[in-house]
Amino acid sequence: MSAPNGGTPLQNEHATTIFEKGAPGRRAFEAPELDVPHVDGLIPDGMRRAEPPRLPEATEPEIVRHYVNLSKRNFDLDSGFYPLGSCTMKHNPRLHERVAALPGHARLHPLQDPRRAQGALELMFNLQEALAEIAGLPHVSLQPSAGSHGELAGVLLTRAYHADRGEQRTKVLTPDSAHGTNPATVTMGGYEVVKVALDADGGVDLDDLRAKTDESVACLMLTNPSTLGIFDPNVEEMASIVHGVGATLYYDGANLNAIMGYSRPGDMGFDIVHFNLHKTFTQPHGGGGPGSGPIAVSERIEPYLPRPQVVRREPSNGGPPVFDLDHDRGGRDSKSIGKLRGFQGNYGVFVRTYAYIRSLGAEGLKDVSEVAVLNANYLLARLRERVGDRLPLAFGERCMHEFVVSGAPMKRELGVRTLDLAKRLLDHGMHPPTVYFPLVVDEALLVEPTETETRETLDAFVEAIAAILDEAAEDPEIARNAPYTTPVRRLDEAGAARKPRVREAL
Amino acid sequence: MLGAIGVGSIEELFESIPAGVRLRRPIDLPAGRPEQEVYAELRRLAERNVSAEDEITFLGAGMYDHYVPAIVDMLMSRSEFLTPYTPYQPEISQGGLQVMFEYQTAISELTGLPVSNASVYDGPSAVGAAAYLAKLSNKRTRVLVSRAVHPDSRATLETLAAGYGTTVQEVGLDDAVTDLDALRGELGDDVSAVVVQQPNFLGAIEDVEALTGAAHEHGALVICAADPLTLGVLEAPGEQGVDVCVGEGQSLGNRLDFGGPSFGFFAATDAYLRSMPGRIAGETTDVDGRRGFVLTLQTREQHIRRERATSNICTSQALNALAGVVYLSWLGRRGIVEIAELMLQRTHYARETLAALDGVHKLHDRPVVREFALRLDAPVDRVLDRCANAGVNAGYALGRSYDEHPDGLLVAITEQRSREDIDRLATVLGEAVAAERAATEALA
Repeated sequence: MSAPNGGTPLQNEHATTIFEKGAPGRRAFEAPELDVPHVDGLIPDGMRRAEPPRLPEATEPEIVRHYVNLSKRNFDLDSGFYPLGSCTMKHNPRLHERVAALPGHARLHPLQDPRRAQGALELMFNLQEALAEIAGLPHVSLQPSAGSHGELAGVLLTRAYHADRGEQRTKVLTPDSAHGTNPATVTMGGYEVVKVALDADGGVDLDDLRAKTDESVACLMLTNPSTLGIFDPNVEEMASIVHGVGATLYYDGANLNAIMGYSRPGDMGFDIVHFNLHKTFTQPHGGGGPGSGPIAVSERIEPYLPRPQVVRREPSNGGPPVFDLDHDRGGRDSKSIGKLRGFQGNYGVFVRTYAYIRSLGAEGLKDVSEVAVLNANYLLARLRERVGDRLPLAFGERCMHEFVVSGAPMKRELGVRTLDLAKRLLDHGMHPPTVYFPLVVDEALLVEPTETETRETLDAFVEAIAAILDEAAEDPEIARNAPYTTPVRRLDEAGAARKPRVREAL
Repeated sequence: MLGAIGVGSIEELFESIPAGVRLRRPIDLPAGRPEQEVYAELRRLAERNVSAEDEITFLGAGMYDHYVPAIVDMLMSRSEFLTPYTPYQPEISQGGLQVMFEYQTAISELTGLPVSNASVYDGPSAVGAAAYLAKLSNKRTRVLVSRAVHPDSRATLETLAAGYGTTVQEVGLDDAVTDLDALRGELGDDVSAVVVQQPNFLGAIEDVEALTGAAHEHGALVICAADPLTLGVLEAPGEQGVDVCVGEGQSLGNRLDFGGPSFGFFAATDAYLRSMPGRIAGETTDVDGRRGFVLTLQTREQHIRRERATSNICTSQALNALAGVVYLSWLGRRGIVEIAELMLQRTHYARETLAALDGVHKLHDRPVVREFALRLDAPVDRVLDRCANAGVNAGYALGRSYDEHPDGLLVAITEQRSREDIDRLATVLGEAVAAERAATEALA
């Protein structure tokens, strides 16, 4: 598995961009015929573009070959294990791609008259209802485009809620283990971030929370189970502390995959929850999106929800229900925070999510969480048995759907960092876990196997880790210089940032 | 597996969830169904929508019925592009990273601005993100936005600005374009940015250079939301002094999808490279000297900088941006001019043909590229209904977002609307307006 002289075929292939392919005059597109009289001077002088953009000039076969070859320089979930913690890399059923591509969904214009978009609106309404039930909160907006967008919606809803009560609050609390999007969102929402410490078990330190919670606090943002894979047993007490000063409680739904059918954020006392449809509900991640981050909220937050809302109206003549978009939400006196993006949200993602929920049903969703937690605990147990001394669990004995181990002993005893372990895993054909997050654990590895992996795959991961550690005990240089077999080897990231080249020079 | 863990049942693994927050009943959802039944249900729902497949549509107003070439579908559905996460491990993500780099190059070329990020959610949210960049850059807290900017973009800007503490003020129109004198009257040294749209929501071409000149006199940034396909014939915003050019990317190889997912693009001058939101791919080399690509300038981003990040965005629209760059490669250097020129000519033809109908007038006489506004001597909603019943979607009722244009109709042209389609619209619209006028007269 070490580097063969001269490199692998992919390594020997010098990367060239589509702008370097083709030749002047080549093309793929053929324009429809000009079937109306040509008129000169339709664009005033000075507004017409003098030089066309220098786009590629290539034939269809060249374009296809270029991008297919590029695709081979990617690792993907369909090819191998992808235990990227907090990202829920579960299988993406292909039925979803098929139904989302049906022209009635894919070619539907967002401004189509609602009377001629009844199927889409019914789907969205039913999805709102299903997500409300899963969250244990009565009202849903599908509009946010991703998790962090849902968080921003939540912070803006919180701001609107307090403003409506004539209160000017200034702070939002987040635990040390929070996703980076939480504090970044708080700043964009115009609040100051106040960090809450963790206790010895990895939960929120209740004393610190009490000390920092007063009437200047607008909200507590929490992930539960946390990014440490731990369900915080004090969640009811936390809700009581936060609600005691009139603040809202926000649930980051990134880890919802752990608890479906067992517990609901609404029942824990949360006011606002976001879902990651691209995590829990199988929207493919697409190499960085698209996603979708709907929010569910309690009654007291409902007046401020983004518009439009999908509503169902029962006709007075007893006919079938009619679905509509409510753009007004209270008309001129509306308390709505307004819009977070164009139109109604990422409908194509809603179609896939709806298909997933219909396929699994109530029992299936509970099975998802059970197997996700079972797989994570099995993987954890096997890792502890094989390499527990070098990669100990950061907190506790067991986990929910993911867990954090620390590479600190490995670094100390073998001279191999978490980064090196991750890079060496690439040579074993596996995607590494999330590394160096959460920040509260030294040399962290955050491992989330998901429910769609087999026991054989989990065992193979344990063996790969064990093999890398054994190898490192003999010669740590091997891991320190890994990977060897990937299309490129370790890249100069510092250099890239020092002298940024962010486009092809033409 | 339970034995390896050392528990007797799966339920034991959930013991850390306190009794008080446990769900003591099944989730109240229908039972799961086999694949073929779910397919059938989703197909039935699809059939209850009237899509661009089912009617001749002239509906635009921000998203457009362009042809999506087959190679886009084929490449988007490849597992290697469809199923990975954001490229956190660059050694095994060179495909996706290079796609981002190529996409950034294409957007940079289109907009005439040197730096582009790898995508944001959509056009309207890009406007909100651009005004945040302006605030971070010059610390000013007032934004002026033209009334001819897309209503969703203005609404999104207001929502987001309420969070980051910027006041949004509208600048009125002078015969369907941004009123330059009104803009000058509002400009001051507290103005962070001026937001305009090209072509604007009413279809008119704005004199971006003049607007930019006025804004820059007061040190305000200029944010231009542009329609990317029209940039085949319209001057690049970067050449007109625009600081940040954003826009809706749907028309570049993405489906309508009832409004998403598509992508927003975000490009700027060099000065703003380090305050851009979102992912940026950069070129570098590996330890053996091979050319490679990484996510760069990550110290701007939420996962590193946390509360001091330039944006909270994480997941954006990578797969849709892939569709965008594949589409632009397919169109090519000559094709982007040809498709924009074709829209320009057909738009002119359609506008003149429709405005010649009885009871149909131009709402303005400004130059247009792909979309234009009409004024009808009949109730627009009823006219639209009549047209729809004849299999033609005649466009967008401007009264839905402009109180001052209750009789306005916005008509969009793409390369998929032939002269025959336009003539069909003329027939159907003419009949509908005539019928509604007759009905009104009969009542009187």
